Amino acid sequence: MSLVITPWFGKVSIDDYIKAGGYQGARKALSMSPEEVIEEVKKSNLRGRGGAGFPTGLKWSFVPKESTKPKYLCVNADEGEPGTFKDKYIIKEAPHLLIEGVIIASWAVGINTAFVYIRGEYGKFALLLERAIEEAYEKGFLGKNIFGKDFSLDLFVHRGAGAYVCGEETALIESLEGKRGNPRIRPPFPATMGLYNCPTVVNNVETLANLPAIITKGGEWFASLGVEKSGGTKLFAVSGHVKKPGIYELPMGTSLKTLIYEYAGGIRENRRLKGVIPGGSSSPILKPEEIDIPLDYDSLMKAGSMLGSGAVIVLDETTCMAKVLQVITRFYAHESCGQCTPCRQGTPWMAKIAERIVAGRGRDGDLDLLVDIARSMMGKTICPLADAAAMPVIAICEKYRDELEEHIREKRCPVERE
Amino acid sequence: MKEISPKAMEKIEALIKRYPVKRSALLEVLHIVQQEWGYIDQEGEETVAEILDLEPVRVHEVVSFYTMYERKPVGKHIIRVCRNLTCTLMGAESLISYLKRKLKVDEGGTTSDGRFTLQTVECLGACEIAPVMQVDGEFYGNLTPEKIDRILEEMK
Repeated sequence: MSLVITPWFGKVSIDDYIKAGGYQGARKALSMSPEEVIEEVKKSNLRGRGGAGFPTGLKWSFVPKESTKPKYLCVNADEGEPGTFKDKYIIKEAPHLLIEGVIIASWAVGINTAFVYIRGEYGKFALLLERAIEEAYEKGFLGKNIFGKDFSLDLFVHRGAGAYVCGEETALIESLEGKRGNPRIRPPFPATMGLYNCPTVVNNVETLANLPAIITKGGEWFASLGVEKSGGTKLFAVSGHVKKPGIYELPMGTSLKTLIYEYAGGIRENRRLKGVIPGGSSSPILKPEEIDIPLDYDSLMKAGSMLGSGAVIVLDETTCMAKVLQVITRFYAHESCGQCTPCRQGTPWMAKIAERIVAGRGRDGDLDLLVDIARSMMGKTICPLADAAAMPVIAICEKYRDELEEHIREKRCPVERE
Repeated sequence: MKEISPKAMEKIEALIKRYPVKRSALLEVLHIVQQEWGYIDQEGEETVAEILDLEPVRVHEVVSFYTMYERKPVGKHIIRVCRNLTCTLMGAESLISYLKRKLKVDEGGTTSDGRFTLQTVECLGACEIAPVMQVDGEFYGNLTPEKIDRILEEMK
């Protein structure tokens, strides 16, 4: 199997990374024209690995070429979607893969300043990354006249301070400007008006880490690893009730069932599977009979869920679904920035209802009420946080309705009682 | 009036130079000041506002928005236990109860000897070792009550 990212894991120092062939992608990219680099990335069918799955080459091409303003790259290392921990591995196991990706993206778009926005909780990994950046400066891969070209690039690490919403690209930009992480109304999109109102590209860590291979081996090679419209491999972060939680790199289109049973070792203590959240806590849950599904953006969307960040959370038969509902709704209520009324009000309402169901104080009609609140939040806010909160609630209420109704009726958990 | 050490001030000045707009340094400067003083109260907000030429309210709205800024004195060590989904599936709730009993504090509270502050937090991005907690920024996973005992025992 051809892998793109994990073979670099463990090559932390710049010398080890170079010895293994590192920085050849950046070197090659700088010998190409920016247009050629963008074309190669378009051919690769690389789609944004942060969750939205937007084609990366297309995103870059929205940046106006003839701009008198400086352009910026923001690397999204906020990684806040519950269940997600893949970017952390890239940063701690192969920081130069990210830095090389940053150089390639910056050359392609004409960027001279890049910031890595890393979540505050990753403080120790931010220090590792800063060390790697220093090494890259020492070798002349960052700074002035990179690879002898008339091209300069500065790269800085910027710590967040604990706010899930800052993973949304316009909230990230606000936060980087020293403000609350309130998402902006789009349009204008960051490509034309982002950081300091200048043209800005926001790319996820994993997205950028794919670029060196795309340049050295070609866009077509990368595209051929995956499926139609989703090129390459994907890092899957598997957690929950599996025998071997962790990071698995697999080609796009690998079956979710294969990932869970062959790679992650199956369900702990050989219990029965109850459900799988396939793409971080905001992605609608799949029932056991739904998991024989290719892991790519379009297949999961067709199944009514989403690939998201590739964070697979596995639930076995001992799981109380009312508790899952409570934890998920409490999280989104906690993280709502409060700008938009449907989200500010809706998320705590849902959390309150879920909490009372768990506590045995659920009422007749609470499930319909939850779904009703969720539906009235969707698509009515500035950013997708409201949808992220609503989607899993609707799916859980619909797919586990019998259990939840029993929980309400009996005023206690039907699962834990067994 | 509290002071910022010359070394921290040096770091702050270097930070400010990275950004075309001074205000951009705010989150990072707050991290540094918190490291110095342990928390950021009104005096801290006003100090940072002065450094970055901002209205104090611009600092206050940021300090109160992000969860990692402490607004009142905390213990010598901060324990952050994840309460999100994977950790809950793996038993975080009973560990949180255990920590509360052990330290005789509620969530957000500080032990009477000032050694520990206990906080519950959302996903820390370490679900592969759930249930997980951070103590002073370091990750500890696959927690059990016995493991927690050992970890806290070593923190003097």
